[in-house]
Amino acid sequence: MATVHTPAASREPPKETPANAGSPILTLKSTAFRAEREPAWRRLEALITRAEKGGLASLNARELLRLPILYRAVLSSLSVARAISLDRNLLTYLESLSGRAYFLVYGGRSNALSAIGKFLAVTLPAAVRAARWYIALAALCMVLGAVLGYVLTIGNLDWFYTFVSDGMSQGRNPTADTETLRRPLFYDGRGLGERLTAFASFLFTHNARIGIMAFALGFALGAPTVLLMFFNGLTLGAFIALYDSRGLGADLIGWLLIHGVTELGAIVLCGAAGLMLGRAVIFPGEYTRLQNLARAGRRAAVIVIGAVLMLFIAALLEGFGRQLILVTEQRFLVAGVTAVLWALYFVRSGRGAS
Amino acid sequence: MQATQPIGPRSRLSRRIETPEGVILPIELGQRGERAVAFILDFLIVIGIIIVLYLLLILVIVGGKFSGIGWLFALVMLASFFIRSFYFAFFELRWQGTTPGKRTMGLRVIDRAGGPLTPQAVLARNLMREVEVFLPITVLLSGTFKGEIWETLATIGWLAVFMFMPLFNRDALRVGDMIAGTWVVTAPKALLLRDLADGEAADTAEAPPSKFYTFTTKQLDAYGIYELQTLEGVLRDQRPTAREVRAEVAKRIRNKIGMPPADPANPDTERFLAEFYTAMRARLERRMLFGVRRRDKHDKR
Repeated sequence: MATVHTPAASREPPKETPANAGSPILTLKSTAFRAEREPAWRRLEALITRAEKGGLASLNARELLRLPILYRAVLSSLSVARAISLDRNLLTYLESLSGRAYFLVYGGRSNALSAIGKFLAVTLPAAVRAARWYIALAALCMVLGAVLGYVLTIGNLDWFYTFVSDGMSQGRNPTADTETLRRPLFYDGRGLGERLTAFASFLFTHNARIGIMAFALGFALGAPTVLLMFFNGLTLGAFIALYDSRGLGADLIGWLLIHGVTELGAIVLCGAAGLMLGRAVIFPGEYTRLQNLARAGRRAAVIVIGAVLMLFIAALLEGFGRQLILVTEQRFLVAGVTAVLWALYFVRSGRGAS
Repeated sequence: MQATQPIGPRSRLSRRIETPEGVILPIELGQRGERAVAFILDFLIVIGIIIVLYLLLILVIVGGKFSGIGWLFALVMLASFFIRSFYFAFFELRWQGTTPGKRTMGLRVIDRAGGPLTPQAVLARNLMREVEVFLPITVLLSGTFKGEIWETLATIGWLAVFMFMPLFNRDALRVGDMIAGTWVVTAPKALLLRDLADGEAADTAEAPPSKFYTFTTKQLDAYGIYELQTLEGVLRDQRPTAREVRAEVAKRIRNKIGMPPADPANPDTERFLAEFYTAMRARLERRMLFGVRRRDKHDKR
């Protein structure tokens, strides 16, 4: 029976002959393999250690280019080592090194500007187009709420108190006289001065949080999202009914829509994102619920970011546009123009790119 | 791929991912406690920045007759909103899935399926914080509970489901992770030690690079991979008790493979173990090349 004198076939002869050279030195294939590849591992390790401390920015252009090459080399070393080596420390080291390199190589992109540009031009409109049925459903919930709120309130103004909280109406309720109701509609902001700018940013943060919540609560099977859309509609309908009963209906709608096209659009988009999550949980289809939630969640998050941007624009229109434009017809014109612009953007932008 | 994994204790937090190159990598999920600490660190940073912003605003208001207070107030409010909502997303995008808190705790976010971490996933998992964290805090702090006691309890229960979701699933996913298809892992570092079978690299006093012992195949086949790697652990052991452990292990091996016990005056433990390790590894690796991966001494191959 042969003993295990594995000859060092692939290795150069030892540089110096040991003093007590008697029987031949045993050099394993795995040892020779390690000796050959180790310098590349060490280079990658040095790069990673630096990048982990100071971020990818601490590597220069050449090192950045080398990172994925060294990463693939180490992955291939790992595969070979798993097949030929039983040195546990070596395997653990290669796994850890591959893992750390993987985190850096696949950890996401850092070029924020081009990412934002692509997001606005392609990703966002595409995500909105793909979600058109969810958007239709969310809008339907809100419209149903508005119609119901209007019909009930115009029949009996007492319903107003059910749909609109005191904090929200701020005295604009059925007991107020017509002039009190009319004045804020054509208020040009004089006297209050700078408080308006703060008010606009308050409106934005408030609405943005509602939008994000409509999305996030969709996780609970979408039910809270539907309710949120519906109640929003009820409040809207009740207000319109109150003003309509005093003959101020068109003026109110102009006052609302100058920013409302953008704002309600954003809220509907958030609602649609929430419904996407809800549907992913209820009807998982060919994936597991968790996988499906993950797929829907990423697409929905894109829409929510878009909606937050829209709310930002809406707050500007509300805080400034409404105080500068005091004629109802002109307000309708602005509302119409924003509607057309948003529709064009979402329907046309980035069509060929994907 | 089970067979190609090294043998060792696998904790309940060990998982595997497949990289886009098709290689299976073991990963370790972050512990819930570490993640909580990382979050608290980040949260304190966010709150700290916002407080500083408002303090500056108050200083300006108190200090002088600056005319643009309204604008400034609006600006501070907007800045607070963006910092609160996008702090985490910003860092996770810029720093490959880490934030200052996560980096301190050695944690990072990766894709659950092993693919690249996309900006969409980062945004999705962090927007979810609005209901997981900020909504409960607002509700609890604002004291809006004037209604029935059961209403209060229902609200708290509802919020607790979101907040404590990581405690209720094996992978410690919070709702944001579920939405985004991500999980939070640790990045442990392993050192590359010297190759025990590399005669040249060995410390000559401990294990001379020449072969002193000869083992027959039958003797080497007494053990499998598990025993080999256990022996590796014993040989790498640096603790003060290591010498005695090695002496005991050498005695047992000699007994098992039918070699006479060592001379008590000169046991030669280190050299015996080193050479037995090298010979056994050579034998097992060679058989592995021919497709036989002998798991342990009970494996009859």
